[in-house]
Amino acid sequence: MAYRDQQLKEEKVFKDPVHRYIHVRDQVIWDLIGTREFQRLRRIKQLGTTFLTFHGAEHSRFSHSLGVYEIVRRILTNFQGREHWNPDQRLLCLAAALLHDLGHGPFSHSFEKVFKLDHEDYTKAIILGGTEINAVLRRVEQGFPEKVAEVINKTYEDKLVVSLISSQIDADRMDYLLRDAYFTGVSYGHFDMERILRVMRPLEDQMVVKQSGMHAVEDYIMSRYQMYWQVYFHPVSRSAEVILTKILHRVKELHEAGYLFKHEPKHFLSFFAGKVSLVDYINLDENIVMYYFQAWINEEDEILADLCDRFTNRRLFQYVEFSPDRQIKESIELYQLFEQIGLNPEYYLVDDSSSDLPYDFYRPGEEGERLPIHLLTPKGDLLELSRASDIVESISGKKRTDHKLYYPADLIERLPDHQPEKVRIKELLGIG
Amino acid sequence: MLRNHARLMRFFVDAHDIIGRKKLQKMIYILKKIDVPFDEKFAFHFYGPYSEELTLRVEELCNLGFIAEEKQDKGHYFQYHYTVTDAGTAFLEQAPDDLPVCYDKVNLLKLQSSRFLELVATLLFFDDLTKDEAEDKVKHVKASANFIKEEFMSAWRFIAELRDKGANA
Repeated sequence: MAYRDQQLKEEKVFKDPVHRYIHVRDQVIWDLIGTREFQRLRRIKQLGTTFLTFHGAEHSRFSHSLGVYEIVRRILTNFQGREHWNPDQRLLCLAAALLHDLGHGPFSHSFEKVFKLDHEDYTKAIILGGTEINAVLRRVEQGFPEKVAEVINKTYEDKLVVSLISSQIDADRMDYLLRDAYFTGVSYGHFDMERILRVMRPLEDQMVVKQSGMHAVEDYIMSRYQMYWQVYFHPVSRSAEVILTKILHRVKELHEAGYLFKHEPKHFLSFFAGKVSLVDYINLDENIVMYYFQAWINEEDEILADLCDRFTNRRLFQYVEFSPDRQIKESIELYQLFEQIGLNPEYYLVDDSSSDLPYDFYRPGEEGERLPIHLLTPKGDLLELSRASDIVESISGKKRTDHKLYYPADLIERLPDHQPEKVRIKELLGIG
Repeated sequence: MLRNHARLMRFFVDAHDIIGRKKLQKMIYILKKIDVPFDEKFAFHFYGPYSEELTLRVEELCNLGFIAEEKQDKGHYFQYHYTVTDAGTAFLEQAPDDLPVCYDKVNLLKLQSSRFLELVATLLFFDDLTKDEAEDKVKHVKASANFIKEEFMSAWRFIAELRDKGANA
């Protein structure tokens, strides 16, 4: 029997708190899970710095990836025998679902911003490079790794296949919303996924939802909206992210200035040089990053030592709401005041906006901008979700954005009370 | 502070106005591909390169009153029209951007149709491939757009022209 068709003698299951069980029958999927590149995802947290706010949020990209695979597996069971669905695409969909986050690095959003990387490039590189993953995929058929990479990169010609993993209502989003809600312990984020899966239908180039299932989709959209503001954009998690980003900037700056580290950042050198090999990339995980942060607490450089101590021991920055339309002059004055009191504002006065976040909520958008969620009417027409649902229309029509300023309150408080700069800083921050 | 917002404001000031989000997305992507330092991250979507970060940042600029957004109902979809406000101009004076001068490139892009920009952006997305491979790829991922040979030729000429302007800037 061809490798692509080989089934395990007995079905394997992973116990999972979100989907109860994750079922594996395909030998190829089982082999992919066993590769070192996939196992590495156990050492990358799904929610980055959120564990510093919601202590339960220690779940990994490994469990999320298995979850996405399981959702796609269930969708395909439902698609079986339906018009527009080509069953030959099954293994490709399952493999792409399982591997879609393979290239995420440690605290990947911050790393990507500071070192100008893109995890999607590394996903592709791992799938196509000299890796264990590539060896498994190549056994399936000539060109199979390329197809998997194209599906994940969203450039595969069969857009229905792409939409399973990447669209406004895809397996990726459904899993992370449910999983993140479960592990953070919040009560929002839940929706009836089973119902959505039952009413999903394949069309030529996208997945659509039967109109009768609209209320289940409304619930999903609400979950996405609430999780965005309550979990993903939580100001405490954002504070940790701000500090993490500043640590990476500082260590890069020190390296470029020829600073002699007590603990040399060996694992980061290729990141500083902008030439990160696949081996270096795969070797860096969050355990190693946290090890360095702890070691750098003892560095001579006060900024690096302080920031690492803050991140490791959760001494985070405080924040105030910031309105750039009304407070830009004040922010410039604050910047100068921070310089005057010897706090480098590049590291200690940081603005953060909702657009800095790698999550979004549903917007129908403009024609040709991005594909919205379509409902399938009983007559067979397609209807954009917010045109049919008042609830979705009210959320997507109401724009909400947010800006905050982060600063180290403890270092400000440490200044003498009578120092004019301290008085003025507190006045400008509105904390006097 | 707000460096990325300021860069986008400079773009809007240079363009004076933009009709259509799709056009906006493709313009920024193309500029980024010819080394104008926009930080917004793009990925391939149904209609070509798209940045959620850019969508959000433009929303922020609208909410701050720095750009005005006019929504026009076109029947089965909406189209958006963006113009810079006085508050936006004032913001840019106080928070200067560090974008290199690209007025010519912005306005050259603005003159093109969104369909043409979609083709150019998609070809640039596949710039690791040869020209023939990239065209082939576009024909597959955008089969419904039915781009013809003349459009591909115009797109390649346009990319060369843009790159030339970049080199001479």
